[in-house]
Amino acid sequence: MDVELRGITKRFGSVTANRDVDLKVTSGEVLGLLGENGAGKSTLMNVLCGLYSADEGEILIDGKPVAFAGPGEAIAAGIGMVHQHFMLIPVFTVAENVVLGVEPTGRFDHLDLRRAREQVRAINDDYGLEVDPDALVENLPVGIQQRVEIIKVLFRSADVVIFDEPTAVLTPQEVEDFFNIVKGLRDDGKAIVFITHKLNEILEIADRISVLRAGEIVGGGEVGELNAAELAELMVGRPVSFDVKKTPFDPGEVLLEVEDLTVLRDNDDLAVDRIDLTVRRGEIVGIAGVQGNGQSPLIEALTGLRRVAGGTVRFKGRDITHASARDRHKMGFAHIPEDRQRTGLIPAFTIAENMVLDSYYEDRFSAGPNMRWSAVNAAAAQAAADFDVRTKSVFNTVATLSGGNQQKVIVARELSRDTEFLIAAQPTRGLDIGSIEYIHSRIVEAREEGDGVLIVSSELDEIMALSDRILVMFKGRIVAEYDGASAEKGVVGLAMAGAAA
Amino acid sequence: MTDPQPPGTLSDQLLDRAAPDRTAFEDLVVVPILAVFIALVLGALTMFATNVDLPTIGRSYVALLEGSVGSLSAISETLTAAMPLTLAGLGIALGFRAGLFNIGAEGQVLIGGMAAVIVGFSFDGLPAAIHLPLALLAGAIAGGLYASIAGWLRAATGAHEVISTIMLNLISYRLVDYLLRLDFIQREGRADPISRSVLETAELPRLLTWIDANLRLHAGIFLMLAAVVVIHWLLFRTKLGFEFRASGASPDAARYAGMRAGLIIVLAMGMAGALAGLAGANQGLGVLGRATPGFSAGIGFDAIAVALLGRSHPYGVLLAGLLFGALEAGGRQMQVDAGVSIDLIGIIQALIIVFIAAPLLVRSLFPWAFRKLAKVGRE
Ligand SMILES: Nc1ncnc2c1ncn2[C@@H]1O[C@H](COP(=O)(O)OP(=O)(O)OP(=O)(O)O)[C@@H](O)[C@H]1O
Ligand SMILES: [Mg+2]
Repeated sequence: MDVELRGITKRFGSVTANRDVDLKVTSGEVLGLLGENGAGKSTLMNVLCGLYSADEGEILIDGKPVAFAGPGEAIAAGIGMVHQHFMLIPVFTVAENVVLGVEPTGRFDHLDLRRAREQVRAINDDYGLEVDPDALVENLPVGIQQRVEIIKVLFRSADVVIFDEPTAVLTPQEVEDFFNIVKGLRDDGKAIVFITHKLNEILEIADRISVLRAGEIVGGGEVGELNAAELAELMVGRPVSFDVKKTPFDPGEVLLEVEDLTVLRDNDDLAVDRIDLTVRRGEIVGIAGVQGNGQSPLIEALTGLRRVAGGTVRFKGRDITHASARDRHKMGFAHIPEDRQRTGLIPAFTIAENMVLDSYYEDRFSAGPNMRWSAVNAAAAQAAADFDVRTKSVFNTVATLSGGNQQKVIVARELSRDTEFLIAAQPTRGLDIGSIEYIHSRIVEAREEGDGVLIVSSELDEIMALSDRILVMFKGRIVAEYDGASAEKGVVGLAMAGAAA
Repeated sequence: MTDPQPPGTLSDQLLDRAAPDRTAFEDLVVVPILAVFIALVLGALTMFATNVDLPTIGRSYVALLEGSVGSLSAISETLTAAMPLTLAGLGIALGFRAGLFNIGAEGQVLIGGMAAVIVGFSFDGLPAAIHLPLALLAGAIAGGLYASIAGWLRAATGAHEVISTIMLNLISYRLVDYLLRLDFIQREGRADPISRSVLETAELPRLLTWIDANLRLHAGIFLMLAAVVVIHWLLFRTKLGFEFRASGASPDAARYAGMRAGLIIVLAMGMAGALAGLAGANQGLGVLGRATPGFSAGIGFDAIAVALLGRSHPYGVLLAGLLFGALEAGGRQMQVDAGVSIDLIGIIQALIIVFIAAPLLVRSLFPWAFRKLAKVGRE
């Protein structure tokens, strides 16, 4: 099935998210869609899958114009989408999530879960997905949750499958598996749209590439004709440097000292197992590791959000093992949490409110019991301008921002403050290359000012580019340590997989 | 993507507020008005279905209007009925904003009112300037503490406040029964459970007796207006209000931002209870002058509807409280003039809530009253 978008324009109030976009997706082909944060990729795809209706333009399926009144009709027409932010019900099983809305029912509306399970297994087998239909979604790692989303789409017999930044949440190993799934789908004759910010990925998987900038298609072509640097320039509109410039490593006194730290998960499983760790002033320490090896509990313990089961944490010589999150914030901790929508931001609040979510109590922003909203708004506008948050006004809610711009709000909030120690979890998840360049430079700047920086990322490239020292975390322990300047990617990657344990 | 830029630096431009959203205006103003209208129409149909003839239906709606705003005494009655509803409604709205579903206003009204009445008949000889504030304060504190139990249970053990406040309601009914039979509370010479009378120095003074001795409007109205302003200030201008709203909108994000969830829950619950307690005091000191079993008369439950109707916004709650006060005052008149059952008012109130809660239903019933959603983007 071939789908064509012709002259699509979509506006939100005074913002034009898409302007006169032409796009063609052909069966048996992967179309890579590139573009900066806020370029309008998600919006365009939401138009295609019936979630938004375009203000102008038309959609043609196999040459015939169609109109979708809602996602239901798009699905019926064979267009399915795996969204940037998953849409699963955590307390339902995989099979229940998959059949939701199109449940196979028997007599008296009896929900035929057995048939559902069988159908899920069949799809599993066809595409080598290996998902247990009876597992509860909330217990699954993100990589598997994504497969559930894929099964959902295939279950509704989609011929066009849209992936909106599918790899942002995946580990390198999961990305590889995911690519094999995509190739399987393509060879099966499905038409695929693939949105990503990672140029190497798009060069690997896509057959054809289109680049959006500020809502318009600015270029593209067959994948063989383009290289990464050209694509980057097309996206951002200027040449982008992929290297991080750092001054020579010259660490100062020890800032954070972790000794014998033990942390438990909510279910009392051991998450962090007697870890020792130091971060010095002017040093970036990167923790590499496949997600789920205890990084999140470690961060929560270091930021005062999770109780420590054993060991000590010292900051500038002072014992802060049991200090609250607020106390640490006052000491100059900055924290970029990994789950921006759940823990980093309040989507229904304005950008200005989100900009002071953890610093509203400071004298800059409040006087006695009162908030100083004018000061908040001014500071928020300044930070939004500094960090290139693309929006018309800081009084817009964060929910109206594109995914990458939401991330920039968090980074702006945490880095526009006078900090001493920065903990960043996946700081550039979902950001375009221009923004990554910028945020990396801000992190390095913090280091240059004498901050200690701890970066946790499943993005090995990011760890390699930024870190002065690399630690590898595996099953709750630090299993290897490398010098940032001389570490080899292959070696670190092997350690992440447990080779050093 | 960006349209021609206005002059000024980027950070100045970011401070521009977008023009008020047409959809927001429709949701806040047009939908409620239409909801009231539909509810009245359906109320008429209900009467018709129960064999009330058309002239009587007409007469009853005239009575509803007259009894609520048709005369000075009607307005006085409307305002008097609106006061406790608004006060308790503010408390519930505050809870909603903080993510708490407080079903316990009824019990908090009872406990607060009881405390205010006890202080109100004790302390013979105190000047009014001290006695009245003291009695009001007692009501607020008692209601606040009573609600804090549910807050504390939630914060310390995770017990859901819906369940614990319902239980606290049941406890409060019997607690009031018990208190009313205690020697120092029960009125001398009475066998039935009724408290002593509030002393004149603790009464909320009637305001319009110089016009007509029967006008019941009392000084509680200032309490109500002050509470609206204070709660608005609290929610939108203070640090604490920011914490309340953040915890309500996203408990996880609030916790990550270093806010103390437990403390916020207890405080929000306590303040909600204090407002409900004030509603009780308002009744005890301003209208009834004594306490009897069940003197709360469902105010705490109606207040939930008032908070929902007011969209948990203090000014919205005030308007909703006034509307419900008007329905109550007008309903009594309806019963007198047209002989229609007061239950009909309950039905109309319920219908209003249903339609407010379902804006899409209202939109689809009156498509001409709203701009087409698709066109919103085209301005
Ligand atoms: N519901 C909405 N209301 C108002 N503006 C919106 C809404 N959704 C998106 N926008 C705006 O439309 C533009 C395009 O957003 P979109 O989400 O399509 O970007 P994107 O290309 O997917 O970016 P990212 O890579 O960051 O996810 C942005 O400027 C965004 O702020
Ligand atoms: Mg997007």
